Amino acid sequence: MSVEVAIPEGYVRAFAKPAALSDAKFTYCPGCHHGIITRLVAEVLDELGILERTVGIAPVGCAVFLDRFFHCDFVQAAHGRACAVATGIKRARPDLVVFTYQGDGDLAAIGTAETVHAANRGENITVIFVNNGIYGMTGGEMAPTTLPGQRTVTTPTGREPRLHGYPLKISEMLAQLDGPAYISRQAVFDYSHVVKAKRAVLKAFRNQLEGKGFSLVEILSTCPTNWRMSPTEAGRWVAERVTEVFPLGDLKDVG
Amino acid sequence: MEKSVVFAGFGGQGILLAGKVLARAGMNEGFEVTWLPSYGPEMRGGTANCTVIVADRPIGSPVVDSPDALVAMNFPSLDKFEPRVVEGGTIVVNSSLVKRKVRRSDVTAIPVPTNEIAAELGNPRVVNMVALGALVRALGIVPLEAIETAMAEELRGRSRGKLVAVNREALRRGFGEAGKYLRDR
Amino acid sequence: MSRVLMRGNEAIAEAAIRSGLKCYFCYPITPQGELVEYMARELPKRGGVFLQAESEVAAINMVYGAAAAGVRTMTSSSSPGISLKQEGISYIAMARLPCVIVNMMRGGPGLGNIAPAQGDYFQATKGGGHGDYRLIVLAPSTVPEATELVRLAFDLADKYRVPAMILADGMIGQMMEPVKLPEPVDSADIPPRPWALTGARGRPKNVISSFDLEPEGLRRMNLVLQETYREIERAEVRWEEMETEDAELIVVAYGTMGRIVKTVVRLARAEGLKVGLLRPITLWPFPYGAIRRLAERTRAVFTVELSAGQMWEDVRLAVEGRAETPFYGELGGVVPSPNRILEEVKKYVG
Repeated sequence: MSVEVAIPEGYVRAFAKPAALSDAKFTYCPGCHHGIITRLVAEVLDELGILERTVGIAPVGCAVFLDRFFHCDFVQAAHGRACAVATGIKRARPDLVVFTYQGDGDLAAIGTAETVHAANRGENITVIFVNNGIYGMTGGEMAPTTLPGQRTVTTPTGREPRLHGYPLKISEMLAQLDGPAYISRQAVFDYSHVVKAKRAVLKAFRNQLEGKGFSLVEILSTCPTNWRMSPTEAGRWVAERVTEVFPLGDLKDVG
Repeated sequence: MEKSVVFAGFGGQGILLAGKVLARAGMNEGFEVTWLPSYGPEMRGGTANCTVIVADRPIGSPVVDSPDALVAMNFPSLDKFEPRVVEGGTIVVNSSLVKRKVRRSDVTAIPVPTNEIAAELGNPRVVNMVALGALVRALGIVPLEAIETAMAEELRGRSRGKLVAVNREALRRGFGEAGKYLRDR
Repeated sequence: MSRVLMRGNEAIAEAAIRSGLKCYFCYPITPQGELVEYMARELPKRGGVFLQAESEVAAINMVYGAAAAGVRTMTSSSSPGISLKQEGISYIAMARLPCVIVNMMRGGPGLGNIAPAQGDYFQATKGGGHGDYRLIVLAPSTVPEATELVRLAFDLADKYRVPAMILADGMIGQMMEPVKLPEPVDSADIPPRPWALTGARGRPKNVISSFDLEPEGLRRMNLVLQETYREIERAEVRWEEMETEDAELIVVAYGTMGRIVKTVVRLARAEGLKVGLLRPITLWPFPYGAIRRLAERTRAVFTVELSAGQMWEDVRLAVEGRAETPFYGELGGVVPSPNRILEEVKKYVG
């Protein structure tokens, strides 16, 4: 249901929902960065004017309801398989714009093989990779990207690399491959980073339109609920701690 | 009518191809046919065999207990399949490699020195067609010309006329060789 | 139309291409390698997409994507690979996407071997993956029949929006027989797919999903599936009978065993034994009714299969005590010869 806010005389609308978004309420927790990231994708679909030929792939995880939020065609993938599903769609109909939107558990744990191989084939798709270092939907378990020492419900005394391995730097891994066109890591914890992140998402979609091939934007996100932090603390954690392990910037760009 | 043949030998002796040529010739003559290879590790060296059935009615089992004929290209093949050949059946044996006689007295044995004949023809790889030529005469269900045509079809794409010519000659030599052991049908 | 001599694997591939196959995804496994090779060689030439995936899991999910995008799509594999595809098949079933899956069964469980076997009957006919779903399962017994059933599989998958499986074994895949290939399908004859993901231009968005967090919503999705399955059970049961009119013993066998038993029936009849054959062509839906009717007027219904008795369970469900239900199965890739089966048959008839 749409909530129309009457604009008083003398005022102009400065902020509106992107046309790509439906009226469905986001199901993300308060303070979570997913909302910003989802919106960035919607803004880019608007700006490129591609909503009517875009197919999104919803993952398993916190973005499982993604199909409700957008006005474009959507398919729900099995956990980790979004890049394989995207490959199937794109190969069947290369005229469509195909994007996946996946968390770290989905993309970098159970779906590592699908991700790496789609990237390596240079599939002409766009991947939005939301890295919050935890399994949010299932209750805060350790993710492949959880920081050393970070407490989760499955690492109650903190992630111990010798027992649980190290944070998986999948973007760095993908950047070593010949297949991908564009691999970038961004964050949205403050305004200037949101603007940069938007630019990266735009580029990742534009690459697809230009046939450049596999483009992935990793966006460092928060999980205040499972990190047991306030949104402000969570944002600071990303800015200060997460970016130490996962530095921001373009990792690969064929131009 | 339903006739079954087991072709058996080493990988590389062209066992599967010989069977295919017979199957294709049978098909071209309007028969029902099946060609069933043994498959698996044996195809990477070791023994290979295939079973071909030619019939004038739909074929049920492609697996046979007792084949009407056996083409044994090496020792182990003769040992393995000789006891299974149907009474009154035929065994074509590659006498170049198998230095023993067929023990069964209730079958027609046709020893063919396929290696020597192939060497005479200048292509050691045509041993399979020499053996097939002999078999075809013994079977008497598809004419030699049909086999020659099927062979040429099988080789099409792989090679040109020269190889077809030497294979045709091999078939004819084998066919002639079988005449020594068969009354004219 | 003239006949061509083809391996089962190749004939299935060619029949699929002629059925309008647009996208084929695979991962190598024996004994269906010739199918993969044929597709790699032929499909791109004929306007289709061939892609070797990084795993069976990826391949079936690519099928899911291509089916969602509205094209005829297929994957093929053999037993261990089909196990890996079960997750994707469950999603495809609930998302109501048509596709064709070929299983050239081999010996199992585990790595097993590459010889012919029928040990995947439960997996194919009872669900395989999680949840309440079915596949249409077609079991060819000859190479020519395999080509016909491939066309049928695509048509039924489209008609009911369900995945369809060709359940054969290594023997059918590897052997050659003359086949009359079907005419290429006219693309106009392929049903339209208004539900497909083609871009939401001039229409509301399409969503393909197997997900509904609300039990009532998921229940409704399940009921639609079940309704579809009842319709398929009513309309699509297929089987073949041979010499059943006066038979005192009916052998039930499918696929490779079905054709081997035809020879057994001939051998038995030649000895004056009243033996007949019922060969299920659809394993799901299973010909319960046909078997039940025969069981009313015969002494025994004898199941012969290359498993420890998987189809036997369905045969007993069909017979429900109306006749004896003996069983003979071989395991591990051993294929019994006609005479071996005849020995077993003679224990119960004559």
